[in-house]
Amino acid sequence: MTNPISDILKAEVILTTGTNTDENHPIIANYVKEAVTRNGAKLLVIDPRRISLVDHATLWLRPRPGTDVAWINGLMHIILKEGLQAQKYIDERTEGFEALKAHLETFTPDHVSATTGIPADDLIAAARLYGKARPASILYAMGITKHTTGTDNVKSLASLAMLCGNIGVDGGGINPLRGQNNVQGACDMGGLPNVFSGYQPVADEKAIKKFADAWGGVRIPSKIGLTVTEMISGAASGQVKAIYVMGENPMLSDPDKHHVEHGLETLEFLAVQDIFLTETAKKAHVVFPAACFAEKDGTVTNTERLVQRVRKALEPPGDAKEDIWIINEISKRMGYPMPASTAEAIMREINTLTPSYAGITYERIAEKGLVWPCPDKNHPGTPVLHRGNFTRGKGQFFVIPFKPPVESADKEYPFILSTGRVLEHYHTGTMTRRGSGLNRLYPEALAEISRADAQKMGIAEGDYINIISRRGSIRVKTWLNDRSSQGMVFVPFHFHEAAVNLLTHAVVDPVSKIPEYKVSAVRIEKAS
Amino acid sequence: MSMVSLTIDGKMVSVPEGKTILEAAQQTGIDIPTLCFHKRLPPIGSCNMCIVEIKGRPGPVTSCNTPVEEGLDVATQSDALHAQRVINLKKILLHHALDCPVCDRAGECDLQNIVYKFGITDVAFEPRAQKRDDAYATSLIRYWPERCILCRRCVTACQSIKGIGAIDIIGEGDEARLVPVAADKCKSCGECLSVCPTGALTENLSRRKGRPWMGKRVKTTCGYCGCGCQLELSALENRVIGVHTETDDGVNQGSLCVKGRFGYEFIGDENRLKTPLIKENGQFREASWEEALDYTAKRLSAIKDQFGPDSIAGLTSARCTNEENFLFQKFMRAVIGTNSVDHCARL
Ligand code: SF4
Ligand code: SF4
Repeated sequence: MTNPISDILKAEVILTTGTNTDENHPIIANYVKEAVTRNGAKLLVIDPRRISLVDHATLWLRPRPGTDVAWINGLMHIILKEGLQAQKYIDERTEGFEALKAHLETFTPDHVSATTGIPADDLIAAARLYGKARPASILYAMGITKHTTGTDNVKSLASLAMLCGNIGVDGGGINPLRGQNNVQGACDMGGLPNVFSGYQPVADEKAIKKFADAWGGVRIPSKIGLTVTEMISGAASGQVKAIYVMGENPMLSDPDKHHVEHGLETLEFLAVQDIFLTETAKKAHVVFPAACFAEKDGTVTNTERLVQRVRKALEPPGDAKEDIWIINEISKRMGYPMPASTAEAIMREINTLTPSYAGITYERIAEKGLVWPCPDKNHPGTPVLHRGNFTRGKGQFFVIPFKPPVESADKEYPFILSTGRVLEHYHTGTMTRRGSGLNRLYPEALAEISRADAQKMGIAEGDYINIISRRGSIRVKTWLNDRSSQGMVFVPFHFHEAAVNLLTHAVVDPVSKIPEYKVSAVRIEKAS
Repeated sequence: MSMVSLTIDGKMVSVPEGKTILEAAQQTGIDIPTLCFHKRLPPIGSCNMCIVEIKGRPGPVTSCNTPVEEGLDVATQSDALHAQRVINLKKILLHHALDCPVCDRAGECDLQNIVYKFGITDVAFEPRAQKRDDAYATSLIRYWPERCILCRRCVTACQSIKGIGAIDIIGEGDEARLVPVAADKCKSCGECLSVCPTGALTENLSRRKGRPWMGKRVKTTCGYCGCGCQLELSALENRVIGVHTETDDGVNQGSLCVKGRFGYEFIGDENRLKTPLIKENGQFREASWEEALDYTAKRLSAIKDQFGPDSIAGLTSARCTNEENFLFQKFMRAVIGTNSVDHCARL
């Protein structure tokens, strides 16, 4: 997020898109509702599903799945036509405006309405709502990024925010809501194939030298590594021989289950460390029992870049060990003993090698966390990014043409499948499907379809249906509600026995490499 | 913001306009007894414990919902106030079973504390008319009508923090009770439970429980979504027996969602992996750490030697800590010698 969560309370208008905030970020949803009920802020929800946040919205637009660039360009078109843009901000702080303006010319309300299915009047009302508010905050999540055009969608949202001078100000910003507790930190720490910690590029000779020297003169290649999806393909093609997995479950979280299964089975060696014998761990040659978050010390970084402590409350069960210990022991046996063996010592190493984390010490965050960038031990942290200046200097407007999703509904596969999470469960279900509490509330996968569609097909509440795509089929129970529009079906991805990644396709966004989980063409049949 | 000056117990106090007398007193370090008041909630004004006298006004007023005014002269203590508070408290206790020895909340109960403070021992208890069917809005919480003092904290929390209104107090006098008026809207967040000043709402999860004061409290960050809520795990005999929050703490300000508050059962699940496993002829068998680590190091070294470092890839985790992620990418880059390290952020 460019702005802290509490900034939501300072916004005049909050635009949420592709985030079912009530279920996936419940505490952030509390802030949104408080902004509306106590501060009189206006909420603009743009989402194909009628999520519960709509109850609190001034205006809700329902675009066809996969048409985000079209409506964003459409809103910008109207904002410019009506002169609602922040011209001074644009002139002083951005570049590329003229090109964007020319590009937007064709995105008229009628034209955009035809593409997105949103009535032209609603587009105009939404543009005025967002365009006139200062400041206005944009919140988005995987509903924006899990598309082959995910990067385009995000860039377009950034343009919309800059057009109205909403980046770098209190109460504004474009704010991605990250799904897992430490996605932000995993990226910050260099758990990515192209960067070291703090986003220092591996292609940069200076960065390589810095890390290589710090790590005892090792040789680090400058070649960018493989992404998850490429690792799986590499495994299948024989280019990748071994994979070491720490706490991930690609068998359920990757887009094409058969493909992943085949890839992992082809490997010469697969090592998995996790807290349960996950679907992925079952494929491994060796499995290490790991400690869970309650059994270790460390830090995690939340969606607003706030670094906070995790503290050990329990001993791990049986012989299970902390991940740090396991990595150290393997490393030692491969001839590289690592000096730092406690979480706090590793944080000191992070401090020295990662400018944005340089000032974050356990002592300083004992009571309250710190927001990176925090470049030195006296720095108070940086809750709002791009204040006064963009990190790169001038803010760049991008010209983004509309591209339809890879698959669309057709005669044979007339439904659009979208996948996601529900409140009661988390990711691949390894944690939330244990024990009685959460399972009692939401025991099995439910496919959400509209009552109208159900009626047409003679499907009653609770009936089982088969959902079939070009890649596979699953059997799942139905939940008839008005959240899905006609022609749309939503299935959560927490359940291995109804694994939606048997249905989704593996075509990814060319830049972010995120698969298109939100749009797959499927057909529905009543199951026995 | 304009300031308002008033006198409380003879002390001059200056606070911003719009504050309540209770807030002004608290800011000055003057302690007014409260029960239904909760700093996370708008004032409720149901318990009448926070009454104060204002010079020149006929009767006492509730300080939690009376705004300050210029020149007010407030007294928070007097014999009359004390007597009235005792009467009010006894009224509350009329329907509250003094079953502290079996109540989960004993030891951290606001009611118990205030009763102790006022030294009340003799109250006739008249149990409220019982209907045995006391289903709550969610199966994760249990409602004990005989402990409920009808203070409305829960109702207010559900309405003002969650914007839901799944519960309400219906009925008068003996018949009054907390009723799930819109159970289908309940998100099982436990906001109601966390603000309940008594043991009328308790967690209905596992049977093996400890009393709240028995557990060792450890402050940590929720392990689920990216909100980063702050919470305390209460641990007893190496098990988590509950989750608590501090009202002022973290982005969540004491709130949690169903996963953060009730989703801790996996930690002590019997299916947790407890020993290293090695696959032999398609079957897992238990192995010692020595064996599993040696085997892994040997296989990785051999593959690296034969096919080069780029034939090995690593998946790190959005569920692990920063330190673990840092160490993992260091291992892949420095020890294996490849940049093929990624995690499922995209997924
Ligand atoms: S659990 Fe949450 S939603 Fe349900 S009644 Fe309590 S406060 Fe309301
Ligand atoms: S308590 Fe709920 S909202 Fe808060 S971090 Fe945990 S999962 Fe997220």
